[in-house]
Amino acid sequence: MGQKIERDMQRFRKIVRGKVKSNLSKYISRGEMIGKKGNDLVSIPLPSIEIPQFRYGNKGSGGVGVGDGDVGQPLTAPQGEEKGEAGDQEGGHILEVELSMEELAQILGEELQLPRIEPRGKKNIVTQKDKYSSIRNVGPESLRHFKRTFRRALRRQISAKTYNPDQPLVIPIREDKQYRSWKETPKPDSVACIIYMMDVSGSMTDEQKEIVRIEAFWIDTWIRAHYKGVDTIYIVHDAVAHEVDEHTFYHTRESGGTKISSAYEMANRIIDKRYSPAEWNIYAFHFSDGDNWGEDIPHCVELLEKTLLRKLNLFGYGQVESPYGSGEFFDYVEELLGEHENVIASKIPDREAILGSIKDFLGTGR
Amino acid sequence: MFYDTKLPAHLRHIKEEIEGYAHSFGLDFYETIFEVVDADDLNEIAAYGGFPTRYPHWSFGMAYEELKKGYDYGLSKIYEMVINNDPCYAYLMRCNHMVDQKLVMAHVYGHCDFFKNNAYFDHTNRKMMDKIANHGSRIRSYSERFGEDEVESFLDRCMSLDDLIDIHSTAIKRRNTTSRYDFAESHHEEAPVTRFKSKGYMDEYINPPHVLEAEEHQKKKTISPEYQFPEKREKDILLFLMEYAPLKAWQRDILSIVRDEAYYFTPQGQTKIINEGWASYWHSTIMTQKVLQPSEVIDYADHHSGTMATNGRRLNPYKLGIELLRDIEDRWNKGKFGPEYENCDDLEKKRNWNQELGLGRKKLFEVRRVHNDITFIDAFLTPEFCVQNHLFSFNYAEQNGQYIIESREFEKVKQRLLFSLTNFGKPWIYVINGNHKNRGELLLQHEFNGIELKMNETKDTLVNIQALWSRPVHLETVVDGKLTLLSFDGQEHSKKPIGEIDDKKSVAKSR
Repeated sequence: MGQKIERDMQRFRKIVRGKVKSNLSKYISRGEMIGKKGNDLVSIPLPSIEIPQFRYGNKGSGGVGVGDGDVGQPLTAPQGEEKGEAGDQEGGHILEVELSMEELAQILGEELQLPRIEPRGKKNIVTQKDKYSSIRNVGPESLRHFKRTFRRALRRQISAKTYNPDQPLVIPIREDKQYRSWKETPKPDSVACIIYMMDVSGSMTDEQKEIVRIEAFWIDTWIRAHYKGVDTIYIVHDAVAHEVDEHTFYHTRESGGTKISSAYEMANRIIDKRYSPAEWNIYAFHFSDGDNWGEDIPHCVELLEKTLLRKLNLFGYGQVESPYGSGEFFDYVEELLGEHENVIASKIPDREAILGSIKDFLGTGR
Repeated sequence: MFYDTKLPAHLRHIKEEIEGYAHSFGLDFYETIFEVVDADDLNEIAAYGGFPTRYPHWSFGMAYEELKKGYDYGLSKIYEMVINNDPCYAYLMRCNHMVDQKLVMAHVYGHCDFFKNNAYFDHTNRKMMDKIANHGSRIRSYSERFGEDEVESFLDRCMSLDDLIDIHSTAIKRRNTTSRYDFAESHHEEAPVTRFKSKGYMDEYINPPHVLEAEEHQKKKTISPEYQFPEKREKDILLFLMEYAPLKAWQRDILSIVRDEAYYFTPQGQTKIINEGWASYWHSTIMTQKVLQPSEVIDYADHHSGTMATNGRRLNPYKLGIELLRDIEDRWNKGKFGPEYENCDDLEKKRNWNQELGLGRKKLFEVRRVHNDITFIDAFLTPEFCVQNHLFSFNYAEQNGQYIIESREFEKVKQRLLFSLTNFGKPWIYVINGNHKNRGELLLQHEFNGIELKMNETKDTLVNIQALWSRPVHLETVVDGKLTLLSFDGQEHSKKPIGEIDDKKSVAKSR
């Protein structure tokens, strides 16, 4: 039979992938969480494709079950579970389609037509890797190279005239034995560091944070697809900046004023201390509602121009729209665009805009 | 398959033995061919609905993925698969234990007997294996000629409509088959007005002009300017589309394939409870009375109870079927039926009722001949049975969006159960007019009985019908308690209220 079904299954998967592709914008906007499992596998809980038919809705529907329970008691699993063959509708089947992070990044790349990132010049870390490509005369028996050993034994026997072609008996002795061995080879690895900065002043609502979170996830996925090792740094700031872990980054809610320069200074310090631009490809993304303390703005611009931008592959400024913010900072960043090609500014007014903004940020291929 | 699927000698031996017992109990079946296959292949066959040669479609791939994952992670396992065909084909899983193979074989003979003898299977094609293979090769050749994507998207549309058939039309003559080609009828309509023979000078008096005019006028009136078809509303919408929709030949053929297969598979859905009950009744009878070795009792009991177990509070058709059949056997053995028993008020007497008639087995064979799930439940579900088996009805509580236990009363339970089985728990949709508004638009009607349609799917289904029909499509249904006309004209959806619902319908709803 040769598994004819294999074709149909591939077709199904293709459609499912196509589905991810074509509804990608919808999908991202819904903010369905994608968990990283282990190293790079995610499983996307995705409803199987149910062909639409005329069906009854929930309202007024019901069925028959068996077991204990008083009248009026809710059934434990309301959706579909209780619906057996005698139920009035089929339950929604949940299929798990596993996509690796690389595939996900690939889909993202195809959908947004993103250029591949070109790692910058010499910023490669060289690691030593052992490769079994060498031969030695000593070693464990388990690594004995049979062919070479045999050949040496044969050569020795022929030269010693102990080899008889009619009775081709070859017996290796201690000196004939050859063993596989390793060689250290240098292997270049390009590495990157992503710095996420977020304004958590009182004007940022949960919705804005959700947008940042979704956007950061996809940026992360894309950049990770291009580098061997990626470090992520999270900085939150209001009037002062703090370096935090991922969880805190998305869950803190501070209040108070905004001083964007504090975050830039912090990022600058972290780069100087830990991530030498000579070795690392550094990306910085800053999300804010664009409301800054007026007197701080010149300082921010100066910081960016004089120090920060020179160290970065890319500086992305994403401005979310909040009911409170004036959003004037955007204009200042925009002014920098002309002079510095590694600056990107993008506005993200709502969830629908996330996709476009990702394209803005990553479309440069830097 | 790259291996021999024939029964190995030791299983062949068992097969002959069990077949012998089945015959001796009076089961009557087509020759049954067992194939022994690996889990992967069994999953594949099951995904194709039992037919390895079925046409290619992603939905089978989806079913396979589900089965395969279920099996790979040890969550579910298919024991058996039987095909209604002459000869019957049954598949056994190669790695199953001996006692499982015995159980499955006994179970299979129950199904085979049911397929052959139950009235609802009478119309099914017993050479379906061949027919499905033909369907498969036709669809494959269309894919090659017209493109895989083209054929697939058309199939998707057809499958979206494959429940719009008239399951009872196999037993009832719905329309006069000749009427479509009866041209004489239309000639008759064009006949000239009545004119009596007369001499020229008398004509004015014998055939007065104003009478002739009136008659002509009358005639014009009777031939409605809005030609309407079908004459009566029809439930077999697939057939209607095949006949009237402007389809290409290959599209019409694919639609007919989908319809044919829908009619073939329908009886299996119609008789799920009674069919599984019947097969389970026989596997347990044959196993416990004849085949079982002492060493196999524990394993058998384990697997039998596994099949019968209720999962959560979900109704298990195997369990419901076998219990009802056993109940019937018991009642007819003891004579617990008929007016004398029904009218007896003494509960104690009723409980110990025993006339020792011994008619149980005979009654069972009659039941398996004439009943489907609906008539089976309707005729034999008793209040005592409901109590014994802890049946309850549940409904959807809008306030908290949950299903809650509604009642344990017999009438309520029975009503819910019958409702969920009627038309497979799907809404009734009819085609009313293929020339709506005299513009060739299609008018469908949802026969409302208290439950409204799921809106998003309904809209998408309308889109699919519209794609076949090519002119705008309308559906009369009830939305939020109001009679509404949903339309799709190929570009956009529209929704407008029509009149009020008549009293009968609102009563049905408030109930």
